[in-house]
Amino acid sequence: MQRGTAALLRCARFLGELQPRRISSLETARCFSGAAMQAQPSAPEGYDGTAELKRMNLFTAVNDALHIALDTDPNSYIFGEDVSFGGVFRCTTGLAERFGRHRVFNTPLCEQGIIGFGIGLAAMGSRAIAEIQFADYIFPAFDQIVNEAAKCRYRSGNQFDCGGLTIRTPYGAVGHGGHYHSQSPEAFFTHVPGLKVVVPRSPSKAKGLLLASIRDRNPTVFFEPKGLYRMAVEEVPIGDYETELGRAEVLREGSDVTVVGWGAQMLVLERACDAVEKEGVSCELIDLQTLLPWDVDTVAASVSKTGRLVISHEAPITSGFGAEIAAKIAERSFLKLEAPVARVCGLDTPFPLVFEPFYLPTESKVADAIMHTVSF
Amino acid sequence: MSSHATAATGKEGHGAGVLDFPGARFSFVNELHVVPESTPTPIPCYRVLDELGQLIPGAKYTQVSEELAVAMYRKMAVLQSMDLVFYDAQRQGRFSFYMTTAGEEAINIASGAALSDLDTIFAQYREPGVLLWRGFSMLQFAHQCFATSGDLGKGRQMPVHYGSKEHRFHTISSPLATQIPHAVGAAYHVKMSPEDACVVTYFGEGAASEGDFHGAINFAATLEVPVIFVCRNNGWAISTPAREQYRGDGIAGRGQAYGVRSLRVDGNDTLAMYSAMKAAREMAVTEERPILLEAMTYRTGHHSTSDDSSRYRGAAEIQHWKLQRDPVARFRRWLQGQGWWDDAREEELRKSARAEVIAALDTAEATDKAPLRDLFTDVYDAAPPNLVEQERQVRAHVAKHRADYPDNVPLD
Ligand SMILES: Cc1ncc(C[n+]2csc(CCOP(=O)(O)OP(=O)(O)O)c2C)c(N)n1
Ligand SMILES: [Mg+2]
Repeated sequence: MQRGTAALLRCARFLGELQPRRISSLETARCFSGAAMQAQPSAPEGYDGTAELKRMNLFTAVNDALHIALDTDPNSYIFGEDVSFGGVFRCTTGLAERFGRHRVFNTPLCEQGIIGFGIGLAAMGSRAIAEIQFADYIFPAFDQIVNEAAKCRYRSGNQFDCGGLTIRTPYGAVGHGGHYHSQSPEAFFTHVPGLKVVVPRSPSKAKGLLLASIRDRNPTVFFEPKGLYRMAVEEVPIGDYETELGRAEVLREGSDVTVVGWGAQMLVLERACDAVEKEGVSCELIDLQTLLPWDVDTVAASVSKTGRLVISHEAPITSGFGAEIAAKIAERSFLKLEAPVARVCGLDTPFPLVFEPFYLPTESKVADAIMHTVSF
Repeated sequence: MSSHATAATGKEGHGAGVLDFPGARFSFVNELHVVPESTPTPIPCYRVLDELGQLIPGAKYTQVSEELAVAMYRKMAVLQSMDLVFYDAQRQGRFSFYMTTAGEEAINIASGAALSDLDTIFAQYREPGVLLWRGFSMLQFAHQCFATSGDLGKGRQMPVHYGSKEHRFHTISSPLATQIPHAVGAAYHVKMSPEDACVVTYFGEGAASEGDFHGAINFAATLEVPVIFVCRNNGWAISTPAREQYRGDGIAGRGQAYGVRSLRVDGNDTLAMYSAMKAAREMAVTEERPILLEAMTYRTGHHSTSDDSSRYRGAAEIQHWKLQRDPVARFRRWLQGQGWWDDAREEELRKSARAEVIAALDTAEATDKAPLRDLFTDVYDAAPPNLVEQERQVRAHVAKHRADYPDNVPLD
């Protein structure tokens, strides 16, 4: 446990070092001001890429995005277990006080109820921002998400949709969560046509991607890396901006190997890339950001250049989203590949408490896989 | 069939007659009859002792012997010591997480004491006293919290997720209410077996909002199984007050709608809790039927060590329950009134309980964590090839990078 915490502290320090790159990456973000639904891909009035910045951790950035979402659309609501007092991770702090108990409210303790309610609310044209307290507890709502939210538009011939629904939920390892406060269930949802699946890696991404998810016209599952809520601190633009869904981001350019991940795992990958760069290996690091639909072009273009691919996620390796990436890249870039696609992932066991460091795709596991891939 | 036809044609006219429906008969009325959302008087709350531990005149309850009463009191005190010491240990960072049972000691111990050791338990997480009553040792609790090689759960789950086959206590799972339908299935097994036993499931009033509660109680009613649903209604589900959790007559009020007998009990009254649970068990076992028991109580501690309840509830409310309605102090007053307890024994008990808990914690802390092999076993009855391969890879990798992995987990 102590080791897990230490790892997170290292992550936090690491993020600090990365700040300049993170800020420049925002230049690709879609930014706008004004009413919801009028999101423009072009820069908004008054935004020239040098917007005022404020230091925020990830939960504060989420909170900031939620304030903006409610402020810019009077027809938007936030609900879930314990959201009124600010939520167990403080992401909804101050919202009930500012926007009132009719727009930010606790629900009874029932995930299928939360999502079913959200679908109905969204189907009437409201914007429904639902919180599931932990991604581990999303499964009672699986039927509502998979059979209802995802298929609402298709089955009605586009007469009805629940595109205004966004499901926020914290996911991932924290060092001491055991089976049910640690899981990364994203792959279940990437198997469902009709959903979008988004995972931010940092405070500024969390804000931009969450605002884009909330305003997207499709039901979106937004996984928040809870291990970074307090740890990750960076400069986040104040004001309203969106980071485009469906687009990966190249975090560092390189020539020997492409390394792909998302969410909190990006910090592990950054460290692994640093480690192998000391050995003379040049890594191209890509954050997928949106898993469904995912940015095949960016990854394929990179692999065409490097000829090698390493994919990493916390979820168990078998049938994880890495499998989809590997298959697609084998299809698209077969003749360019110079080594088998490597996956460094969680083990095929339930998420274990005391064995967490052994279970996870650690920096040294990733670094070993990169070295193995480049010397194949 | 003929009466259906009668109903359909309305030949009986103006509200006379009955609707003969599969499984039921309803009389007709010729005026719209709206059933109100609540009854004028909620289901009353059964108690035996008042706040001062005085027997309420005329109270009907199951007699308890001096031996049993003292044993219950002792376990309640041990449970309190365990909570105090474990809570502090967690705060000092000795292990990662803890949840106290503070305020709910009577529900834990008295309900446990009213059962037979043959009865099977499916609990939520705030019921370690049931396990304590059955003889799960302090050291076993400590091993679980420290995830040691002595933990029956092999270090895999967060603290307080106890379980013991020997004590017929199924292992705690964090997702709420999932254990409630399990209990109903288990009770069907018991019904079909020759054993005179029942199954008991515990859950909070928050968990009772989950679909699993509603499915389970409906199954129990229709399949007629010997199961006792014990709802600990402690007023709060983390920060959510009962008022935002449900309307109507609480949890007990739902029983009749499902065709299940229900009881409402003062969960802070040890004698009432014991008597109610005894009666519930008697009905469940001899009549093969489900019983819903709502125990009214209050969570006087934070939800868990991750929670700060001062953010969402007033100190006065907590103080009221701690000072005026504490179940342990109330039972002690009654015991002393009976002449079965005194201050000297109290002091001795508190001292020895504390020493026992501290010794257990120290022993568990000094014990190795569960060994690495336990990461890979029990996913299935036997490891499939992918896990055999992954274990080989992990071991080879850790051997090469020993310093990157915790040294407190033995590599055997
Ligand atoms: C399915 C599910 N949703 C959410 C949670 C998170 N959670 C853990 S305890 C809790 C509150 C439970 O309240 P209650 O059932 O009243 O029990 P109490 O804590 O009051 O004893 C919540 C929301 C969970 N464990 N499982
Ligand atoms: Mg409760």
